[in-house]
Amino acid sequence: MPKMNMLQAINDALDIAMAANDKVICFGEDVGIFGGVFRATSHLQEKYGRDRCFNTPLVEQGIVGFANGLAAQGSTPVAEIQFADYIFPAFDQIVNETAKFRYRSGDLFNVGGLTIRAPYGGGISGGLYHSQSPEAYFAHTPGLKVVVPRNPHQAKGLLLGAIRDANPVLFFEPKRLYRASTGEVPEEDYELPLGQAEVTKEGDDITLLAWGAQMEIVEKASELAEKEGISCEIIDLRTIVPWDVETVVESVLKTGRLVVTHEAPLTGGFAGEIAATIQQRCFLYLESPIARVTGLDTPFPLTLEKEYMPDHLKVFEAIKYSINY
Amino acid sequence: MSTTTKAAPIVHTPDFMNGDEFRIPVFKLLKQDGSPYKNAKLPDLDKDKALRIYRAMLFTRVLDERMLAAQRQGRLSFYMQCIGEEASVIGSTAALDDEDMIMAQYREQGALAYRGFDVDEFMNQLFGNEHDYGKGRQMPVHYGSSKLHYMTISSPLATQIPQATGYAYGQKMAGQGHCTITIFGEGAASEGDFHAALNMASVHRVPVIFLCRNNGYAISTPAHEQFSADGIAPRAFGYRMKVIRVDGNDILAVYQATVEARKLAVEHNQPVLIEAMTYRLAAHSSSDDPSGYRSKKEEEAWRDKDPVLRMKLWLQEKGWWSDDDEKREQESLRRDVLEAMKRAEKREPPELDTLVSDVFDEVTPILAGQLDDLKAHIRKYPEAYPKGAKSLNGKDAGGAKHA
Repeated sequence: MPKMNMLQAINDALDIAMAANDKVICFGEDVGIFGGVFRATSHLQEKYGRDRCFNTPLVEQGIVGFANGLAAQGSTPVAEIQFADYIFPAFDQIVNETAKFRYRSGDLFNVGGLTIRAPYGGGISGGLYHSQSPEAYFAHTPGLKVVVPRNPHQAKGLLLGAIRDANPVLFFEPKRLYRASTGEVPEEDYELPLGQAEVTKEGDDITLLAWGAQMEIVEKASELAEKEGISCEIIDLRTIVPWDVETVVESVLKTGRLVVTHEAPLTGGFAGEIAATIQQRCFLYLESPIARVTGLDTPFPLTLEKEYMPDHLKVFEAIKYSINY
Repeated sequence: MSTTTKAAPIVHTPDFMNGDEFRIPVFKLLKQDGSPYKNAKLPDLDKDKALRIYRAMLFTRVLDERMLAAQRQGRLSFYMQCIGEEASVIGSTAALDDEDMIMAQYREQGALAYRGFDVDEFMNQLFGNEHDYGKGRQMPVHYGSSKLHYMTISSPLATQIPQATGYAYGQKMAGQGHCTITIFGEGAASEGDFHAALNMASVHRVPVIFLCRNNGYAISTPAHEQFSADGIAPRAFGYRMKVIRVDGNDILAVYQATVEARKLAVEHNQPVLIEAMTYRLAAHSSSDDPSGYRSKKEEEAWRDKDPVLRMKLWLQEKGWWSDDDEKREQESLRRDVLEAMKRAEKREPPELDTLVSDVFDEVTPILAGQLDDLKAHIRKYPEAYPKGAKSLNGKDAGGAKHA
């Protein structure tokens, strides 16, 4: 099996999707001959032509508006927003149009073919505007699926699943892992299911739940915890909407403890939604309060990024607090 | 690589330009008395098509009159009239292939009428009953029809404009010779989406027609407070897009301009902007009262330019329509509208399950659970939720189907 980094895996997924279906069209700022500022769309224009892989003008609301129309027409657009921080000019098109297209028309029309890809997250010295994790804004809008991969293998399978899903999907790629995360990725065409979490490590004492780049963090924290005799179960949520309640419930019924972590700020973050649901479903089984380890309720900093980040030590402390509660 | 499309001439004095160098003419064919201007070459429009257009105009006007009255009687929650703008909407639609996509704003019911949306289909949407294609989810006038290639209306302004560019790009890729027209007001043209759409259409050579109904007002805001340039048309220059300004109350001028625009779009992949100069004779909506922001005198001046009357006079001059025809048609349309309204009012509301369907292609487990909880609650307090309780009584007591 070839080894790839996450960008190569994403590029491979796009290549496979375009080869398999000539209705797949990739576009965004700099995605054409340049292959995207991160090179996720490298060689796609050479291979599939300028009609199917092209640069757009610098206008996110136009990119998503165009993509909505193209999807409504029956094509399968894969639109790139260069950084998730710059998705907000398209917020109206995503929240009022993409998300509601099927519902408001009574299923006469839909934009189910649409996938919006965007690099997200911190850890790259990107400061306020190259670091944000906006998944919770979109999780609050019914009609959008939100997916975040944790490694190259997951990125390829989930992206192919997203492109072929019958619903519009926001696919947030943890850019800190683009080149840092490498692993074996099957060469063939495969899809990983949306809406299903994955237990990546079984354990008995506490459940650690994360997605995207935070999966590395919880793995590191669990190694520290295991040294102290704490057995951690780790779950990658993978799909934020619709999220896999049952897998998390099943785990927490077993361990009685839950730590949820994300880079986004605490208030209004998706960990709050998870905590509320899990306390409702597992109330009598909980041994300690559900812990949230997240970014601070501040804009994303630059020089003090390390201090801001919900790193493995903060997760480790949350694990110990929960165990010793 | 040059940063502009043309090499610029060089000057040595700091002269500024503001676009006043361009004078955009207005394309007109018919005078208000229905006779053609001297030297005007009228489009080739046969009797059947001319009458199809005119009947759609009459239907739209009767529908608008009756439904506003119904709103005033408290039978309907909300309504928006097209009065004064029928020629812009229907003339442009008639110039298209019936399978070209229409992505309108909300005041374009005439386009749907022309395409053959029947009076019951209109009424079911207006009353949001069980037969409404939109399942009672949107306010009145948010029509849609996939079979008539009319995109379901969305309230947020201008969102359909870049979507039209994308839709038309897909039509170009499909290669079946179709285009998209998007219709919007001069107020919506201030939104960022308008500019995004025109620029992308021009850069990517998309077969899309942008039809701006410059009707003088965005709710209460007059055009001169909306923009300082000479209307909307000059914006096309900024995108190097073909543009024409047309008398929006002149059915033949709108028709011919759109026929030519469609050729540019479909045969040459050139997007086109059409600015139709017209006037919103009606209030913005049933919730609006124009007497606070414009004069009766101004309205009367535009009433004298009535586009429906102008077409009638032209048809009469051709000998294709008589006062008897007019009387008979009006009476029959009024009867149709009233009867359809009565039928639509009596129909059931959409089923309770439609609350959670179509959010995704399948009802998710979380949504199915929310529906089950809601049903249990409604069974406890049926009087508080008469529509939901009625829907529950007629159906099985189970939850939504889900994957």
